[in-house]
Amino acid sequence: MKMKSVCATYADIISTVEFNHTGELLATGDKGGRVVIFQREPESKNEPYNQGEYNVYSTFQSHEPEFDYLKSLEIEEKINKIKWLPQQNAAHSLLSTNDKTIKLWKITERDKRPEGYNLKDEEGKLKDLSTVTSLQVPVLKPMDLMVEVTPRRIFANGHTYHVNSISVNSDCETYMSADDLRINLWHLAITDRSFNIVDIKPANMEDLTEVITASEFHPHHCNLFVYSSSKGSLRLCDMRASALCDKHSKLYEEPEDPSNRSFFSEIISSVSDVKFSHSGRYMLTRDYLTVKVWDLNMETKPVETYQVHDYLRSKLCSLYENDCIFDKFECAWNGSDSVIMTGAYNNFFRMFDRNTKRDVTLEASRESSKPRAILKPRRVCVGGKRRKDDISVDSLDFTKKILHTAWHPTENIIAIAATNNLYIFQDKVNSEMH
Amino acid sequence: MGEEEGLHQTPFLDTMFVRGLKRKCFDGEEDIEGTLAGIKAIPSYNLQRQSLLDMSLVKLQLCHMLVEPNLCRSVLIANTVRQIQEEMTQDGTWQMINTQSTGQASLDRLVSTDILCRSSRDQAEGKHVPAYGTFNKDFENDQAQDSSDTMSTASAVQAPRNLQSSVWEMENPQENKGNFQKSLDQIFETLENKSPNSVEDLFSEVDNSYYDLDTMLTGMMSNTKMGHCDSLETFSSSTNTASNSNCKSDLNDLDHIVEILVES
Repeated sequence: MKMKSVCATYADIISTVEFNHTGELLATGDKGGRVVIFQREPESKNEPYNQGEYNVYSTFQSHEPEFDYLKSLEIEEKINKIKWLPQQNAAHSLLSTNDKTIKLWKITERDKRPEGYNLKDEEGKLKDLSTVTSLQVPVLKPMDLMVEVTPRRIFANGHTYHVNSISVNSDCETYMSADDLRINLWHLAITDRSFNIVDIKPANMEDLTEVITASEFHPHHCNLFVYSSSKGSLRLCDMRASALCDKHSKLYEEPEDPSNRSFFSEIISSVSDVKFSHSGRYMLTRDYLTVKVWDLNMETKPVETYQVHDYLRSKLCSLYENDCIFDKFECAWNGSDSVIMTGAYNNFFRMFDRNTKRDVTLEASRESSKPRAILKPRRVCVGGKRRKDDISVDSLDFTKKILHTAWHPTENIIAIAATNNLYIFQDKVNSEMH
Repeated sequence: MGEEEGLHQTPFLDTMFVRGLKRKCFDGEEDIEGTLAGIKAIPSYNLQRQSLLDMSLVKLQLCHMLVEPNLCRSVLIANTVRQIQEEMTQDGTWQMINTQSTGQASLDRLVSTDILCRSSRDQAEGKHVPAYGTFNKDFENDQAQDSSDTMSTASAVQAPRNLQSSVWEMENPQENKGNFQKSLDQIFETLENKSPNSVEDLFSEVDNSYYDLDTMLTGMMSNTKMGHCDSLETFSSSTNTASNSNCKSDLNDLDHIVEILVES
């Protein structure tokens, strides 16, 4: 697999990555509240080496740090999630959220400006009327492309707890935002109210044992959404059934394997991400050690389970001690739902081919990402025979974690966030999906 | 790699954790070498479980920051604590620990915790592990006082007692008071060893309401950051055992002491 790669270094840790619906734009959010949008260069015959490359399109400050005076707590400006709205006109729109506030941003281009005003000069100053001897009609002249980003809506005060997910409905009019205990439904045009559709806060907070970890709307059925919990379960809800969707339509839960039981069983079963397949038939979940594919029609267990880094199973106590066991990894489908991808430690990321059952471990690093380099598969050895270039489990760098990954909606292009570096890998040989 | 070969897998805690303990033990002074023979084997499951419990409680304490703590993480840790304590109740260990506080600790327990404390003092600061040893010692009244490294350890000392009391509604008012007094001693020792600046840091950072696991969860989840006096009020109102009245008088003492220390 020949890969073409780009690496961009950020001032802050990247906290989310998201392609838009065509894949032309790639948005990233970081810990400093900034959003950086990359645009894919149109392919042209004149510069064949630059075709399809992503370059910075726009940068803006989405969220600022805030202080909650009532609780004496800071509200981080870190961007937790970005979701693009389907494009409806020349402008692009996206939702970005920090822990508390969701914002709708409109991105427009300006490449022409009017010139030849009668009353104003080029700088906009009023002309001395005595110098005006004739009338002219202002004309639009081309100018350097300017990308303008404006905040169109601010959806504030909807959440007491930290927002972990946002998802735009297929109806393109509503979206949902989920925090640890509640999920709200918003209309994109209305900012002063939202509907609460899930509330799992117990009457007595001392009874709290489970929180919401991720949530997403079904890609085609505008009434269905799924949310995952810290106990490893998925709940599919139907908004037509009742206003408050506390009673799930379907509960997806795999019984615990008694042979693997430990004090860490619950923690490692906590689902950190859930994604519907593009087809809408499957769901992909990520927990600490595995990725699982669930069939919407089967609630008893996943149809496929893939081990991401099972060699960590014997290290769980250390990973609990250094808090790595709480790391929330995301997962992604490719455009044809045939390959799934997720991140791991040591800047490794993994891909699983659902058809061939083959998997590969790749590394996102500067050495491996020279332009037009081929990404070399990596291997972690757990004792026993050690091949050259293998990495032993104890040498893994747990500070280099790939939590956020994204896959282009139609092509074999992936975006990998490795701390404060963004890597974009393009498979030039096999550009089409299998 | 070679270190691993000498250890066999424990079903519940990983070898790295065990290896860590073993390494610390060897860093002690020479006169404890003899006692090392007793613990060259992997520390017992009970000890490991106790360490995990201690670690979890410290984690819950330490997630008190300027920014709101991560609720998911807190809930998962709290569930782990409950799980351990349930198991300890089931196999009678919890009961055993209670009765031991009269001072009849087994020699093994004394030796193992002593070594943990000693070697951890020789270690660099800033690790959670030092807290384990001091925490274990809470269960033996006659144990010589060692200074705890952090104030949060002292708070952690009280937490399992009150969790136990509120979850299972066991009434041990006398023991609660005794251990409470003990934790106050540890607070004083910590303060004596620290510079004046860090005293302020200690009191500004740590919220005294984190004595009770449930209070702590309530405190975090209702998202209120309380002043010291307020937190103590909440603490006394949220415990639902008969030891309430005793706790309240103890809390008033602590309140008074806190004021004195802060002013000095």
